Amino acid sequence: MSTENQQTPDWGAFPDARGHFGPYGGRFVSETLMEPLLELEAAYRKYLGDADFLAELDRDLAQYVGRPSPLYLAERLSRELGGARIYLKREDLNHTGAHKVNNTIGQALLAKRMGKTRIIAETGAGQHGVATATVAARLGLECVIYMGAEDIQRQSPNVYRMRLLGAEVVPVSSGSRTLKDALNEAMRDWVTHVDDTFYIIGTVAGPHPYPAMVRDFQAVIGREARAQYLEATGQLPDALVACVGGGSNAIGLFHPFLDDAGVAMYGAEAAGEGIDSGHHSAPLCAGRPGVLHGNRTYLMEDADGQITETHSVSAGLDYPGVGPEHAWLKDTGRVQYVPVTDREALEGFHRLTRTEGIIPALESSHAIAQVMKLAPTLGPDQGIIVNLSGRGDKDINTVARMEGIEL
Amino acid sequence: MSRIAARFEALAAQGRKALIPYVTAGDPDPDNTVPLMHAMVQAGADIIELGVPFSDPMADGPVIQQACERALKHHVSLRRVLEMVRAFRRDDPDTPVVLMGYLNPVEAMGYETLAAEAAAAGVDGLLTVDLPPEESEDLAACLQGHGVDPIFLLAPTSNEARMDAICRAASGFVYYVSLKGVTGAATLDVDGVARRVEGIRRHTGLPVGVGFGIRDAATAARVSRVADAVVVGSALVQQVAAHVDDPAAGRAAVAALLGEMRQAMDSTD
Repeated sequence: MSTENQQTPDWGAFPDARGHFGPYGGRFVSETLMEPLLELEAAYRKYLGDADFLAELDRDLAQYVGRPSPLYLAERLSRELGGARIYLKREDLNHTGAHKVNNTIGQALLAKRMGKTRIIAETGAGQHGVATATVAARLGLECVIYMGAEDIQRQSPNVYRMRLLGAEVVPVSSGSRTLKDALNEAMRDWVTHVDDTFYIIGTVAGPHPYPAMVRDFQAVIGREARAQYLEATGQLPDALVACVGGGSNAIGLFHPFLDDAGVAMYGAEAAGEGIDSGHHSAPLCAGRPGVLHGNRTYLMEDADGQITETHSVSAGLDYPGVGPEHAWLKDTGRVQYVPVTDREALEGFHRLTRTEGIIPALESSHAIAQVMKLAPTLGPDQGIIVNLSGRGDKDINTVARMEGIEL
Repeated sequence: MSRIAARFEALAAQGRKALIPYVTAGDPDPDNTVPLMHAMVQAGADIIELGVPFSDPMADGPVIQQACERALKHHVSLRRVLEMVRAFRRDDPDTPVVLMGYLNPVEAMGYETLAAEAAAAGVDGLLTVDLPPEESEDLAACLQGHGVDPIFLLAPTSNEARMDAICRAASGFVYYVSLKGVTGAATLDVDGVARRVEGIRRHTGLPVGVGFGIRDAATAARVSRVADAVVVGSALVQQVAAHVDDPAAGRAAVAALLGEMRQAMDSTD
């Protein structure tokens, strides 16, 4: 259960110098990676204050990604749900079809500045892999993507896209053959090729400085949304909603609003077949703190500290951990994390598709499902921003299969 | 004096170097481990490094990953590994045992509980691969409070400042990772290792062990000329893996390879 702190933390002050968000985060890696992480942190601090770097990043985000993404008032959906006005932050309209590219552009420009010639990444649904392969192609960098053998099966169009973009896609057959194992394998590659290789982590997890760095690259979502909402309505929204796997799209939307005390925030975790079934990917709702992939955070684990297998209809949320800043936001009570089942997400998928003509990614459909619960509890003078983090074209085979339809 | 310090002192007096085999506890099944530990001591092991299986062994290559998977099929937990050490101690009160693993099983058990139970079981040191000194203060204090040495890694990427901090946090011995990579990676450059070990000695009087990439007797012998201890893991675990259906044959194969290493390290030419 969350505990409300007496005093409101200064959200901008996190993480601390060693990468901690309260008791979470940090740097839990083998010694070989410590110096490379310190170098990365120094470069990230230097270039995030460097006018030339920021100008290049802004230009790429505008001309290559297509930012700012629109904030769209979903009038029909709002009317049908009969409550708050619902605004969609259209990250699905970005180049490559999801929010992931905001981060890969930033990290790839950093890699270039650091003189690295080789890019590696892990991917679950394939969205981060595609976004990484895309920027690597554009910058002429060698690119290797690690992907669980299980995920390669269920996301084959994205695998082909990465290969078209010139990336090598390496299947990972260890462990549960999903995202967490791909991350392990990418770490193993990095420790072996640390001199010339830059590891682009796709979410706000991993060792410091990744959770802070990825957040800073994704915070463009919330900065834009805040300005757009203010311009459209003259006020701030009443609530924000985003799905949370590792949590990069959620932190990107939430972070610029953390000091706005009147803005409620909801992170929708993948409850799979239901929290009680045990088949889910909801560490914040049903896990406990531990250490995995370089940081301390909430995890899905057994009594012995072994990481357990996760389940979600959405490959992008199928991860046993979550970004350490989310763990801190949960404990402080600033954000409420709520479970959304596969079935509810599927209803969200169809509802948005039919009412607005927008096919959402299954990941984002979890956020839509949460909006379907939340909006009717609010009044028509209230507003919700939901992060539509990705488009759903990649998921149509999965949805068809779930409904017994053969394409 | 701790078992680890006593062992290094005795070896130094004989002008010999320590041979430290690593095997994953519970591989290929829990019954194999205690007899394997005894077999390794008979073949010339001075200290035993016992791997605690983990579901996500990020610093390990495929050989030890698969050993973890085999052990985890039998649900070999940290508590069960401690029972194995306790059983080993009944017949061998002297050979130091160092546990090597990842932090999360230790977190799940709790630092103080783990430290107390490890000491009671006869564990002498704990090497937590994903715990650099910056994050290790609490665990190291619990371990040292129970006389268990926290063992730390040094890497080719560690600069002077890091080497100094690590050596100050360490006790027992320090473990130099001889290459950039995971366990069981390709061959190592012994001359490069020699230079690095000399550098480490400027920061500590503790014995220096070298591991990662030592696969055969000749390499073990060459490394033993420059370091105080030679750690061998994947090459031995491969022998266990080659005999999963006949663990006794696996133990014999491990002992045979260790015996060759021992002989090569002790020969004077």
